[in-house]
Amino acid sequence: MIIQLRNPQRTVEMEGPMAVTALLVRLDIPRESVLVIRDGTLVPGDAMLGRDDSIEIRSVISGGAR
Amino acid sequence: MKCRVCRGPAVIDVRRHNANFCGEHFLRHCRDQVAKAIRKHQMLQEGDRVLVAVSGGKDSLAVWDILLDLGYEADGLYLGLGIDGYSPESERFARAFAESRGLSLEVVDLPSDYGYDIRSAARASKRVPCSACGLSKRHLFDEAAGRGGYDALATGHNLDDEAAVLFGNVLHWQGEYLGRQQPVLNAGDGFPRKIKPLVRLGEREMAAYCVLSGIDYMVEECPMAVGNKHIGYKEALNSIEERSPGTKHAFYFGFLDRAADLFVPSADDRIAIGACTRCGAPTGAEVCAFCHLLERSGGHLPEDAQAVPVKLGRRGPEDL
Repeated sequence: MIIQLRNPQRTVEMEGPMAVTALLVRLDIPRESVLVIRDGTLVPGDAMLGRDDSIEIRSVISGGAR
Repeated sequence: MKCRVCRGPAVIDVRRHNANFCGEHFLRHCRDQVAKAIRKHQMLQEGDRVLVAVSGGKDSLAVWDILLDLGYEADGLYLGLGIDGYSPESERFARAFAESRGLSLEVVDLPSDYGYDIRSAARASKRVPCSACGLSKRHLFDEAAGRGGYDALATGHNLDDEAAVLFGNVLHWQGEYLGRQQPVLNAGDGFPRKIKPLVRLGEREMAAYCVLSGIDYMVEECPMAVGNKHIGYKEALNSIEERSPGTKHAFYFGFLDRAADLFVPSADDRIAIGACTRCGAPTGAEVCAFCHLLERSGGHLPEDAQAVPVKLGRRGPEDL
């Protein structure tokens, strides 16, 4: 599957199928800091990601002056 | 994972509440949390007019959306910061949101209206960019809220923002700042009432709210904020939250319940507030910090000081 990451923008490829939680552990990304999105829809932590899926892992942390 | 409310398939977990939600009930959860924050902290009354400080990011667009959904009259003000590769894009998101809903959005542009940008202001004033940005935003949003006759100025600060700021202020025992870290600051001394309706929601929830509501927002982070202290505090708190869900909520609301009052200055300790001799804004000095920043940056007040935010609340979507 192809995984697009934001902030900074980059793409990685991984073997599927794999659970969302396992993918985040593999990439060493804290769940609290991202959303996982497939086809414009949120994917919950226990969902399985298929080998042909295109996934976005979107950072939700923003900073700076508010 | 099943939705806590309807037992249908869930799309998101909120570990702080030990709950999962489907899309419909998650959106309701967000609205309920905002309504609860407004009620509990007496942020707004029925019929109040609100000015929303809009950045084009997830939090400001979400809070605008939810306030409208809850029945408040809410207009937006976007501040163009003159940051290459960031400001034009974030303005596009703010405008698109307003246009798609027929909302009133005023745009103030620092370079064209005030003759400076954040990068030059930071360099000239020897501040970090986020400090120059925060100072500019506070001054111009306050001014616009007052000039537009709004009952309150709403910002998109969420639970993560407040917990991270509290963390930083406690680490350095910044008593003055701790005294102001309330979800609502009442109007007084020429300042508008300031409210933070998202304090009961985390930033992951706000991003999910936007995705599920179809709100397109600026995902990319401001290039000047990358690696700053505030983001470092958030990462530290998220690391704790991962092991112990609910920590950020307990930290922030525990502070409000048990300690915040200790830091509010007594009437005797408050500094006298007068009017800036240059721009008329409320300040404890002869010249306000914003006018000092303008001076050092080579900027200027608008030629017609009344012209910039004067159209607030009077624009139709055709003007956007």
